[in-house]
Amino acid sequence: MADEKKEVLVSVKHLEQFFNPGKKDEVRAIQDISFDIYKGETLGLVGESGSGKTTTGRAIIRLYKPTNGEILFNGTDIAKLRNGSKDMQEFRRETQMIFQDPYASLNPRMKVKDIIAEGIDIHHLAKDNADRDAQVANLLELVGLNPDHATRYPHEFSGGQRQRIGIARALAVQPQFIIADEPISALDVSIQAQVVNLLKEIQEQRNLTYLFIAHDLSMVKYISDRIAVMHYGRLVELSTADEVYNHPLHPYTQSLLSAIPIPDPEVERRRRPVEYDASIEEDGQKRTMVEITPGHFVFAAESEIEGYKAKAASYK
Amino acid sequence: MADYKINADSFTKAHIEKEASEHISTPSLTFTQDAFRRLKRNKVAMVALWILIIMILLSVLSIWISPHNPDTQHLKWNNLPPKIANFNIPGFNGHGLYQGAETDVYKASGVPNNIWFALGTDSLGRDILSRILVGTRVSLFVAFMATLFDLTIGILYGIVSGWNGGIVDNILQRIIEIISSIPNLVVVILMLLVFKPGLTSIIVAIAFTGWVTMARLIRAQTLQLRDQEFVLAAKTLGESPWKIALHHLIPNLSSTIIIQTMFTIPTAIFFEAFLSYIGIGIPAPTASLGTLLSDGQKNFRFLPYQMVYPAIVISVLMLAFNLLADGLRDAFDPRSAR
Amino acid sequence: MSKILEVNNLEIDFNTYAGTVHAIRNVSFHLDKGETLAIVGESGSGKSVTLRTIMGLLAKNGEVKNGEILFNGQDILKKSEKELNAMRGNDISMIFQDPMTSLDPTMPIGKQVAEVLRIHGSISKKSALDEAARVLELVGIKDAKARLKDYPHQFSGGQRQRIVIAIAIINNPQILIADEPTTALDVTIQAQILNLLKELQTKIDTSIIFITHDLGVVAGIADRVAVMYAGKIIEYGTVDEIFYNAQHPYTWGLLESMPTLETNSDRLHAIPGTPPSLINPPVGDAFAARNAYAMKIDTEQEPPFFKVSDTHYAATWLLHPEAPAVEFPPEIARRREVWKKMNPQLAGKDPEAQAPAPEAKAAASSTEKEAD
Repeated sequence: MADEKKEVLVSVKHLEQFFNPGKKDEVRAIQDISFDIYKGETLGLVGESGSGKTTTGRAIIRLYKPTNGEILFNGTDIAKLRNGSKDMQEFRRETQMIFQDPYASLNPRMKVKDIIAEGIDIHHLAKDNADRDAQVANLLELVGLNPDHATRYPHEFSGGQRQRIGIARALAVQPQFIIADEPISALDVSIQAQVVNLLKEIQEQRNLTYLFIAHDLSMVKYISDRIAVMHYGRLVELSTADEVYNHPLHPYTQSLLSAIPIPDPEVERRRRPVEYDASIEEDGQKRTMVEITPGHFVFAAESEIEGYKAKAASYK
Repeated sequence: MADYKINADSFTKAHIEKEASEHISTPSLTFTQDAFRRLKRNKVAMVALWILIIMILLSVLSIWISPHNPDTQHLKWNNLPPKIANFNIPGFNGHGLYQGAETDVYKASGVPNNIWFALGTDSLGRDILSRILVGTRVSLFVAFMATLFDLTIGILYGIVSGWNGGIVDNILQRIIEIISSIPNLVVVILMLLVFKPGLTSIIVAIAFTGWVTMARLIRAQTLQLRDQEFVLAAKTLGESPWKIALHHLIPNLSSTIIIQTMFTIPTAIFFEAFLSYIGIGIPAPTASLGTLLSDGQKNFRFLPYQMVYPAIVISVLMLAFNLLADGLRDAFDPRSAR
Repeated sequence: MSKILEVNNLEIDFNTYAGTVHAIRNVSFHLDKGETLAIVGESGSGKSVTLRTIMGLLAKNGEVKNGEILFNGQDILKKSEKELNAMRGNDISMIFQDPMTSLDPTMPIGKQVAEVLRIHGSISKKSALDEAARVLELVGIKDAKARLKDYPHQFSGGQRQRIVIAIAIINNPQILIADEPTTALDVTIQAQILNLLKELQTKIDTSIIFITHDLGVVAGIADRVAVMYAGKIIEYGTVDEIFYNAQHPYTWGLLESMPTLETNSDRLHAIPGTPPSLINPPVGDAFAARNAYAMKIDTEQEPPFFKVSDTHYAATWLLHPEAPAVEFPPEIARRREVWKKMNPQLAGKDPEAQAPAPEAKAAASSTEKEAD
């Protein structure tokens, strides 16, 4: 991408993920997407259910074996690694995931201490038991929980507290890159802010890189440096958070933005949702990601570029 | 209107401890502790549990302490009715039909006064109580073996099938279908071509087919569990499939396992009794609940006690296992109770 | 406006293994004819329990300790199961959160919609199906007549929620209760469903109670708002009063923790901690432990409702005339500026001057029957 100063941590190139390929029930969850994630940034990945955003996250962390394409992490192609190989184990330590459902993401039969220390055990990061306990206590404190609760079971915690345990588990292996898969969508509003603030704090302390997957566009704008919008397994728009919000170019992005409910009755009374007609994508023209203004990419056909450029100019 | 005590101090800033709002005050209970607490509240299940404990203890202790030797024949003392010491309890006083007349059979057979058989003797003069204890032990042993195969083959098969999915799952499920389509009885009869009738052939027959239900249940649960986020989290941490099965799958399958085991046991007990009853199970002289029923049935019209007591024991045994299984299911899976 | 529903001093306990949960602790509110009342609160605040009780759907281990629910003057809590069945789906109907589970997957949708009609009135099968098609068109299922025989899985999530709405409104209910009806939907679908509800309300002249935790949704749909916390209503008023002139620190916290598109500050405001356990509810104001503005009295005595305007009440000691003036959080200060612009007659007056006089407070407390 245009900015040469930043160091690329993850580079996704022509990634495709099909389920049941070649069969009758083939699902093309991701179709040819490419993007970079820079070191230390937060890339927001936005889309509605069925857009392939969660699949993208899971393909990058290799919960799935990608059908096609490359995923370069620090220059190594993750897509080709075998599960259990040495490089793969190293990648598993470097990259972690925070899950959506705070109730399903913690094993109900394990103590909080053992949940958090799971990664420490796998990667032998503790010298002895005392060191392991100390690390767990530190992590609990880091995410704002009482270390005395380490021996309790997940069901005794509230949704927000459980999500923080999930974050502590991810941080236990000292990763560089964290994929957060809708980490706040199952939480209450007042708790969402706690978790988002915690994620931001940790990012600053540990210089982490985030891929933040969500459907809640207002939170994504708040946490992300850049935002990628997905629709039907394709990227349709990619730019800085402010650009996507203030100068959306693709009609789908505009439709999404117009639908966000704002906690302000005056604004709500004036709101007119824009409906998006997906059939315009199916006119048979070949579309690729085109850079309309510097750093602002839109999924467009040859013939549409001029229109988008005019639209971009009209914002100025 | 309510009275509020308001003084000058009321509106000063409150001192709130930061930790207070995150503190959990409820006592810590593990899932298993919680389940057993629910089980304890279930009176029927608890009675069943105690009955089972007593029956298991008695049948095991009878290896060393038995009222009589279960295999010793006293041909002269055959078909004695129940008698408990010299207490004159109706039904247990040694009175019964002897050569067509109602009399004290013990006296008529010339049994010394200090010898008595609590549940009477069979047609060969063996003590029925002792034989019931041995029979219960045999039944429980068969049940134990069936459980062992359930736990080993069934769980392993189910987890492998559910975890791998795809082609592996497809093949393994077809195998299960083939196995479960062969009736158990046919398997046992085929076994008789190879083995002598006895415990071995019964256990092999149960081993061959008994684990199928367990494997199916475990597979279905594993299919659900493997997409749970905590399992995905373990994968992203780099945990090996074996360890995931050990740390994440089996603990979460434990309630299914316990409950299914409790249902396997009575099925196995009944299967053994059935085979012995029709004469292709445990061979003489070893007692089993099935052979006791079979023997007793021959004299049922004249000497009903020879069949009634083994029948009561097998009924209570199976009922207790089933009731306990129900109680365990309600305790471990509270949602299914309603 | 006439009150169609009145809930007075409702108290509900749940018996659980861990102990008695005081889920609803003296809740009173009313619903006017033709309005939309939004009940806002976190999970566990008691908003769903309240509405399920109105529907006569309280779980078995729940027990109404006190209070009455008057629907057109009759107490719902005293009705028999038979009378409740006649009421449910007819006078009062409910839309649930998850459209996947509120439809029967094995029954064609036409039959499911028509069935409600046939339960509550004698109508031939054919005219019931015709009516079903008409209502399905009304909720935006295109070509409904041809799709009556389709099964739920043949529809998308948004369409399914429209079918659920059709089932709820086909008997022209007087009250429509919506329990987070859009939480499971995508934002664009959510916008469509909310619009649909607004349109339907004028078309079939119904009153709506809408539960949600999303203040953005509330701002778009509600006429009045009640905020619940730890089993109590802590503030209620018109939508403008709640969004621009909120008085309770918890309402402030909720408003602050939502990022608006203008938010550019480095940190979001978060309400610290977690809601209290309702097995042993805290003494005083339940929110005190998470409240940056907590005063000593908050930890000792439960605040009564103080009157802010005829429609706006809040249960916080901050409104007591002797309470010190506080500095508002920036987001709330911004909203108060909007409030001043909207109500020029108040301009120039210090906001605190609006605080109730002691007699107003006394009146408020007695009308609201606030317990000690």
